[in-house]
Amino acid sequence: MFFAAKRHPAAEEVVGFDSGAAGLLGLWEPGSRYREKPRIAEGHVLLVEDIRVEFGGVVAVDGAGFRLEPGQVLALIGPNGAGKTSLLNVVSGFYRPKRGRVVFLGRDITRLPPHRRSRLGLARTFQHSELFRHMTVVENIMAGLEPWRRYGVLDAALWTRKAREWEEWARWKAELVIDLLELHRYRDRVVEGLPPGIQKRVDLARALAQDPKVVLMDEPMAGLSREEKEDLARAIVEVNETQGVSFVLVEHDLEVVMDLCDHVVAMESGRVIAEGPPEQVARDPKVVEAYLGG
Amino acid sequence: MPAGESGGKPYETTFPWLLEARARRSPEATAFRWKRYGVWRRFTWRDYYRLVRWAALGLYALGLGRGDVAAFITGNRPAWPIYEVGAQSLGVATVGVYKDSLSDEVAYVLQASGARVVLVEGQEQLDRVLEVLDRTRVEKIVVDEAKGLHMYRGKLGDLLVTFRDLLEQGRGLDEAEPGLYDKLTGDISPEDTAGLFTTSGTTGRPKLAMLSHRNLLAMAHQLYRLDPVGEDWEYVSMLPPAWVGEQMMSIALHYVAGFRVNFPERPETLWEDFREIAPHFLFAPPRVWERISKDVMAKIEDSDPLKRAVYRAAIAAGYGAARRRLVPGRRAPPAPWRLLRFLAYWAALRGILDKTGLKRVRRAYTGGAMLGEDYVLYMHALGVNLKQIYGQTEVAGIAVVHPDDDVRLDTVGKPLPETEVRIDEETGEILIRSPAVMKGYYRNPEATRKTLTPDGWLHTGDVGEITPDGHLVVHDRAKEILVLSDGTRVAPQLVQNKLKFSPYIAEAAVIGHGRPYLVALLNIDYATVSRWAERRRIPFSGYSDLSQKPEVLELLRREVARANRRLPERLRVRRFASLFKEFHPDDGEMTRTRKLRRRVIEERYHGLIEAMYRGEDSYELTVELRLEDGRRVKATRLVRILDAEA
Repeated sequence: MFFAAKRHPAAEEVVGFDSGAAGLLGLWEPGSRYREKPRIAEGHVLLVEDIRVEFGGVVAVDGAGFRLEPGQVLALIGPNGAGKTSLLNVVSGFYRPKRGRVVFLGRDITRLPPHRRSRLGLARTFQHSELFRHMTVVENIMAGLEPWRRYGVLDAALWTRKAREWEEWARWKAELVIDLLELHRYRDRVVEGLPPGIQKRVDLARALAQDPKVVLMDEPMAGLSREEKEDLARAIVEVNETQGVSFVLVEHDLEVVMDLCDHVVAMESGRVIAEGPPEQVARDPKVVEAYLGG
Repeated sequence: MPAGESGGKPYETTFPWLLEARARRSPEATAFRWKRYGVWRRFTWRDYYRLVRWAALGLYALGLGRGDVAAFITGNRPAWPIYEVGAQSLGVATVGVYKDSLSDEVAYVLQASGARVVLVEGQEQLDRVLEVLDRTRVEKIVVDEAKGLHMYRGKLGDLLVTFRDLLEQGRGLDEAEPGLYDKLTGDISPEDTAGLFTTSGTTGRPKLAMLSHRNLLAMAHQLYRLDPVGEDWEYVSMLPPAWVGEQMMSIALHYVAGFRVNFPERPETLWEDFREIAPHFLFAPPRVWERISKDVMAKIEDSDPLKRAVYRAAIAAGYGAARRRLVPGRRAPPAPWRLLRFLAYWAALRGILDKTGLKRVRRAYTGGAMLGEDYVLYMHALGVNLKQIYGQTEVAGIAVVHPDDDVRLDTVGKPLPETEVRIDEETGEILIRSPAVMKGYYRNPEATRKTLTPDGWLHTGDVGEITPDGHLVVHDRAKEILVLSDGTRVAPQLVQNKLKFSPYIAEAAVIGHGRPYLVALLNIDYATVSRWAERRRIPFSGYSDLSQKPEVLELLRREVARANRRLPERLRVRRFASLFKEFHPDDGEMTRTRKLRRRVIEERYHGLIEAMYRGEDSYELTVELRLEDGRRVKATRLVRILDAEA
């Protein structure tokens, strides 16, 4: 993992610039570097078991859980109040469950605070974008790399080599995701005032810059136009396919879920009522009833 | 100094030879830059040479050889010239397809050229080729940007290769057989066809003009003799690579003069990248100059009264200076006007030039179609040395240009060195003879016979005249000239250009062949008109809606009246209508270089045109609209027909 490295290499060293045809053309794609990384060999990346969440006397999640395979795109669906977002918040560490456990890459992280989880490779995006509104797109993405910052106040004040190199590296990481999610023309624009679809993409970019294994997305499609939805869906598929990143989406838009996901977990009243491939879950009588009769 | 001179005519050489000479002579000089990951990356002539060498050997490994054709469908990115000159190193001709072409157009060019390999920019172009693959001879598709390719993995066998892998393969071969490349380039000759270029095709399917290395380089040398370009000058590659105009600058003139070509990061960041580079010279078709002028004018309208007043004074001084500079024998206006222009520059024009990226421009060309003289004058008023170019694909792009000390509004300039121009006495058609005249049309001897005379004269299909002091005046395409019912001959472009000088009119089609007077179909300029409407708090829901608003129609009426005042009586537009759909290449109403296809337009809007001449004041127009997701729907709307003079 990159934060274990003693010194962050400068951008040109990362690319292997000027070493052979691809380097000469600056032609290699960001994906190639990720692809060469060993994938998680087998089994699950994320295991969520028997979670129970209570707020006062209200039970939000009652014994729900799921299992995320490597490279999977998993959707949590269900009517309002089914406990999807609460379950997601347990995974990202915002809520501490009364019962149950969360295992990430074979390690129990149930008691770990959110920022430690993100350093392990568990990133998330938000339903209402939580970007720094007065900062530019590239600054927002670089802010997401803050947990990996390797220099302190003194280095920053003196602008030492250590600080410069880190900033260069962070900028490089940001540029990779800018290219991946086609944010070039927004790079230096202030986030406030960008269309909602672009803000969602910036949010995803910030998560991806951290080289996550799993990205948790809370209603990524909410409030987007049809075209924006398609763009975002394409970006998710691209990242999933080329970099092997797994996704857990909480999503209302069933059309998106059907197109995008390999595995669907349907919830109602804090419990899992059906699970499986999208077509199968969509036909499940309990799911149909929860959606139509609920 | 042009590279590769060795006795005889300097253009008796080839692109691969010139490239090698440049790489030897100035290996460390910047050949081109490419903005990637937010940084301008520099590529030297040695880098360029090595990449071309590997590309050539990569294509050789795919089995390409003399007489084959290699196609490309890309935007402005280094892979294009590298691939093109790489193919030429093997004696393979290249053919370009416009990046936004629909599958049918792609199929047509691939079939007509018989291309065996095609380079595509990315997934979108790849899909277009795959759709029509079985109608072509394509055996291998080279993909530049691999994004999205995972979808095809395992489905297409070995049909696909990435550009990167092609280069790697070539490099491997180069290491195994170091003498191979030199042997291959030794076998080519200046007479080889360097490329097949699609003609503009305003009246039918485009033809493929065969231009040899000698043709293209002769044109570049002649232009260079007239307008020398420094090796430290910057140029931004921004026109479609399939168009001869871009080939002429980014490859032919680039190899001859050795300036720096800059490739933008993405099409949508072009203008920011353009501004960062601030090129020293540029070549752009009329629509780019129209766009820049309209943007500036609209921004001025939006600014506060003080700024507007300063701008008005400055541009008035600019116009005064421009009128006095655009006189035979002058490179600059007389001294008092130079002082005024200097003041105007520091008061207002400098900021405008800086914002538009034109601040360092020393020489600018317009060509490909006729640019209204109002725009030429406006550019000179701002301080941009804009000159007309006249030429066509069949003469490698340029035959006639304004010398720096003889720029005029009413002509397109004088013939380049070694170029003869004369007017056919019977038909008034412009004829050209020069070493840049094409070898002929590819696999079309009949069309070649019609266009090229045995003693080397090219029939341009344009009508024009030569002034006593040797300037060429072009009226229009011969096929485009309209004859009104009283016998008045009208060059519609002239009238259209007057209309299009309005910042609110994006396109105008003037109609009137065999009719008593002229009428016009207009496209509003969505950017400026929508801003205009927002300022006046006129609500609208999109282009269609906006184009029919009574306030907008009134605005158009004023603009048409203003244009009419500057036209002779018989050439005035009497009636006009604002269309609720823009003319578009995808609908066949324009060519890919955005020239109107009059025949298609007259056919499609026949009912409306008839109604205009019947004197009706509205017409129920039905047209096919393309939605954002590509679906097509029939739309019907009442279009109002207005009289130009109230």
